[in-house]
Order: sequence, then C-alpha cells, then structure tokens
Amino acid sequence: MSLWEVALQNLTSPPVLAFALGLIAVAVKSDLRLPEAVYQGLSIYLLLGLGIKGGVALSNTTLTEIWLPILITLLLGIITPILAYYGLGLMTKLDSVNKGAVAAHYGSTSLVTFTAALIFLESQKVFVEGYLATLLTILEIPGIIIGLILASRGLNRAVDWKESMFEVLAGRSILLLAGGVVLGFVTGDTGYARIEPFFGALFTGVLTLFLLEMGIVAGRRLPDIKQAGVGIVAFGTIFPLIAGSIGVVAGHIAGLSFGGSAVLGVLAASASYIAAPAAVRLALPEASPGIYLTASLGITFPFNLIVGIPVLVSLSVYLEGIGL
Amino acid sequence: MNLKQRKLITIVVEAALEPRLVRDITKLGAKGYTVTDATGAGPRNQRNGDLEGGNIRLEIVVHSDLVDPILELLNVNYFPHYACSCWISSVEVVRDERY
Repeated sequence: MSLWEVALQNLTSPPVLAFALGLIAVAVKSDLRLPEAVYQGLSIYLLLGLGIKGGVALSNTTLTEIWLPILITLLLGIITPILAYYGLGLMTKLDSVNKGAVAAHYGSTSLVTFTAALIFLESQKVFVEGYLATLLTILEIPGIIIGLILASRGLNRAVDWKESMFEVLAGRSILLLAGGVVLGFVTGDTGYARIEPFFGALFTGVLTLFLLEMGIVAGRRLPDIKQAGVGIVAFGTIFPLIAGSIGVVAGHIAGLSFGGSAVLGVLAASASYIAAPAAVRLALPEASPGIYLTASLGITFPFNLIVGIPVLVSLSVYLEGIGL
Repeated sequence: MNLKQRKLITIVVEAALEPRLVRDITKLGAKGYTVTDATGAGPRNQRNGDLEGGNIRLEIVVHSDLVDPILELLNVNYFPHYACSCWISSVEVVRDERY
C-alpha cells in the first residue's frame, strides 16, 4: 500500500471525518458542542476501555515478550521531552520555562491520537500487539516530569512538586488507564467476553463522537496559531515526524510487529492535551497556555490525525520491507 | 432578628485551581465556602490560553479581619499568573458563629 493510499484510507475513516465535521462546525460559527458531562463520560469510557483491553492483552503476554518493549518505551519517554526542549531552542525564541512546558506536552502522549491510529490499523486488518495500551500508560508520565524539571531550571522559585505529581498520578487519565490495565489483567479473556459488546463493538462509534467534539475544540484554537508564530507551527509539525520516526524505529528494535511499531511511533509523535496542561498550569503558571495548548491541540493533534498517522504507518511498512 | 455584619468574598478563577484555592483559604481561617461553575468574560475579553473546564465562582463569608489576608494571598499567588477576579460585599448573617 502506498503512502497516498494509506493517507486516503485514513482520511475517509469515520473518526477522522467526524473530526473534520467538528472543524467545519467552528468555521461556520455553529453553536454545536457536546455537553460537558457527555464529553467527560465519553473520555472516561475511552480511557477505561483502552486500559481494560491493554490489561487483557497483558494477561496473555509473557514477561520475556514484553520487558524489552517496556524498557524501550521508558527510554522514549525520557528522550522525547529532552529532544523537544532542545528542538524548541533551535526553532523558536521561547524562554526555558515555556520550552519546558511545551516539552512536557510532547513528552507525554495523546490518547485520542493513539486510539485513532489503533482503530485505523484495525480497520486495515493490520495486527497490533494488544499490550500497546500498557505502553501508552507508561509513556504518559515521564515526559511531564522531565518537562517540568527542564522548565524549573529557568525559575527562581521552588516548584510545588507534590501538587503537580498528585495532579498527574491521581488525575483521571492515569487512574483510568492504569486502573483499566489492572482490571483487564485480573479479569482476563473470560471476564472481558462479558463486557466486549460495550467496550469493544461500540468503541469506534464512541471515538467518532468524541472526535467530533475534539474537532470543535481544536478548531476554536486555530485562530491562536497566528499569535503563536511560525516557529511554533514549524515545531508542531516537524517534531512529531522526528519523534514519531524514532518511535517507529524503536518499535522495530523492540521486536514489535510493523503495526505495533507504527502505533509506538504515533505515541511518540503525539502531544498530551489533557493530563499535561493540568499539571503544567499548576506547576508553571509563568508558562503561557496560549503556546503549549495551541501547539499540542491546535497544531500537532490535527497534524498527526491527518498526516502523522499515515506517514508513520508507511515508514513502518518500509522498515519491515527492508528487514529491520 | 439579631443580624451581624460579615464580608462576602467572591472569587472567580480557573477551575483547575479549585483544590489549591480551597486549601489556601481554609488555612487562612475560612470556615466554609460555596463553589459553582462560572462562565463569562473579563475586561481583556479574551481567554485564548484557557484550559478546557472553564471557571469556578467561589464564595466565602468571613469576618472582616480575614479580608486582608485573603486579598494578600490572591495578590501574591493568583492575580499575577492566573485568570482570577475578586470582589467584596458587605452582608448580614444570622448564626454569626458559623462565619
């Protein structure tokens, strides 16, 4: 399958089309929004569902199979924010607090981008290791911590680590993902069979609805891009391709299938816009949300959804072809 | 009925800060508070940088002695960095030992 074919298949998938509809809704100044409670409910469903599926897959995996992917994911979690920090130094004139804040977002991951990649590959009948959701949980945390450490070097005050760490670890994202993994691991295939109609069959539909809202949220951020500047736009589009390529290569080295490697690449390419902003806002009030949220939500999220996923899938197919 | 004078402090702030603000004002001696969701606009009328989740309106009725410490807290830790506004009004209460 050529890059163009992959891109077209991805663009015509229901979740991505729903995302485009959300963007259009903003462009025509529609008042369409998902009610806050529905949005929260859907995000809980997605987080818990992903966690459970990851946990079930983990219960069918041996330690020898998974220790290398886990180790490599941890390394990715450490390298990505550091690369982002220095990449920002090259491409923008941001101070170190803002660089660290943005790095925290790019070091962490976007659940929705991950899920979109997963659903896309599933629809193409490409095998992806089920335990990737476990790797998502692992990759979520170190990036935020390292970003905050990098940023705190530019501060002349102490950071309230306790409050920020509590926000990250006890926040909804980690609690539901990690909790779901444990739940899935304990309940195993037999337990999952009973909830599969709800968490399996309905999953793509719920993601489609969720992406409609994400299109609206991202669309409302688009006007901010003008204020963010060329450097941020360049970073928000170039960095995901670099970090994503590193992720795909790392996946192949870890022995993942080409589907799994592509998804690990998407994880590395994606930037957090739920867990990281909350933690960064509390720990680094000096950093501008207009920069980090615009970059992660307004630029990188749509970019990955439309360009990043097909490019990284194609790269993974290519690497598989040359036998890496 | 015997009414006593108290001050009502109303603070509108980013929702993410609710736990921190509640902790801070409780530490200063506020005995209770009310939180409601809030939307609106400020003088700059732009909240581009907003995190999703909007604002909260936190109301506290306190003895006038507590007004200054709470304003000082906002002045140092909240106003400079966060979207935050605050106003004070005089109110009358029954059961004044509760405030």
